[in-house]
Amino acid sequence: MNYFADVAALARKDLRLELRARDTLPAMLLFVLSTLVVFHFALPTGADEVAAQGLLWVALVFTALLGLARAWAPEREGGALEGLVLAPSDRSAIWLGKSAAVFVFLALIELVALPAFALFFSPLQAEAVLGVLLANIGICAVGTLLAAMAAASRTRELILPLLFLPLAIPLVVGGVGASVSTDPGRYLMFLGLYDAVFAILCWASFEYVVSE
Amino acid sequence: MIHARAVEKRYGRRRALRPLDLRLERGGFLVVTGANGSGKTTLLRLVAGLAAPTGGELDVDAGRGALGYLGHEPLLYRDLTALENLDLYGRLYRVPERRERIGMMLERYGLWEVRAERVASYSRGMTQRLALCRALLHEPELLVLDEPFTALDAEGAELLDRQLAELAGTATVLLTTHEPARVEPLATSRLALA
Repeated sequence: MNYFADVAALARKDLRLELRARDTLPAMLLFVLSTLVVFHFALPTGADEVAAQGLLWVALVFTALLGLARAWAPEREGGALEGLVLAPSDRSAIWLGKSAAVFVFLALIELVALPAFALFFSPLQAEAVLGVLLANIGICAVGTLLAAMAAASRTRELILPLLFLPLAIPLVVGGVGASVSTDPGRYLMFLGLYDAVFAILCWASFEYVVSE
Repeated sequence: MIHARAVEKRYGRRRALRPLDLRLERGGFLVVTGANGSGKTTLLRLVAGLAAPTGGELDVDAGRGALGYLGHEPLLYRDLTALENLDLYGRLYRVPERRERIGMMLERYGLWEVRAERVASYSRGMTQRLALCRALLHEPELLVLDEPFTALDAEGAELLDRQLAELAGTATVLLTTHEPARVEPLATSRLALA
């Protein structure tokens, strides 16, 4: 149980840092809302719902990217990541704690973004909301690992999107499919499978990301 | 406790640490001196496990939980308070009677009054004192200190002198400094890097 106590302590630290500094959440919120407003005016009147659903996923993925780019910023300042790496706890707990915090940030943003989408475009079905939740897990698992890799580089702002966006394509396919398909179950299962496979891969490989 | 045989470190073509033999027994106090760029920090990072040697062999008989490390960076969160930083590390290191130990360390290093202030508001010297508290919080068996007197005022340096005197003989200490005379009475061995 020590492992999960470490994860909880690390995630709580990230939530506390964000509540205090308010660096990331307001920026993500403004970004997703302004993107939806732009899409609202950019999409021609009478455009079909499928196109709107696709735009929702564009907004969500890029908003997540914005948050991920800042995910390891507190650890970069003052070398705190080395402090965590030196601690005797399992290093994968660092990744899991950070992923959990990013998940909370993303879910909070979507609490505002999804109703805003319904207001600007059309109401979302339960399957679409479930698709968003499942995609969040994949985004957080993969994105947090890639953000840690990018954080070690001077060109982190360039590297993170280059690494993350190709791996986010299956999440967009699954999410849009769950939103517009007549058989959303298949796409939800696909998202669940993606989450399981990539969460295990990221959990197992984080140790190597933070080791020289 | 530390046994190095021809250990070296390169970053690409640049050699950060020349091949080095080193032996430090448990309870020993090794003072490392050398000019800037001679490899002092690199040696300490290798011993702490923060970097991997590119040649030779290095055995350190201390697990991560038994090691206390103070580097050039404080390894602290700037937007957390001193209490929150130490509480996080205390949890991760499973420090028994964590709150009492944290309170004692903060009192000792003169930070109790500012315990609820963010580290970002601290002076460089206060940050260094807190970084020392972090490194010593879990009473490590092996203490790796990279120029620990940096930024400390006279009072802070005296506090550290007393702490090192207490640790000498019980913990194993590996310390780099540009003021070797300050720790000379405690040293059991010396290493000058060229």
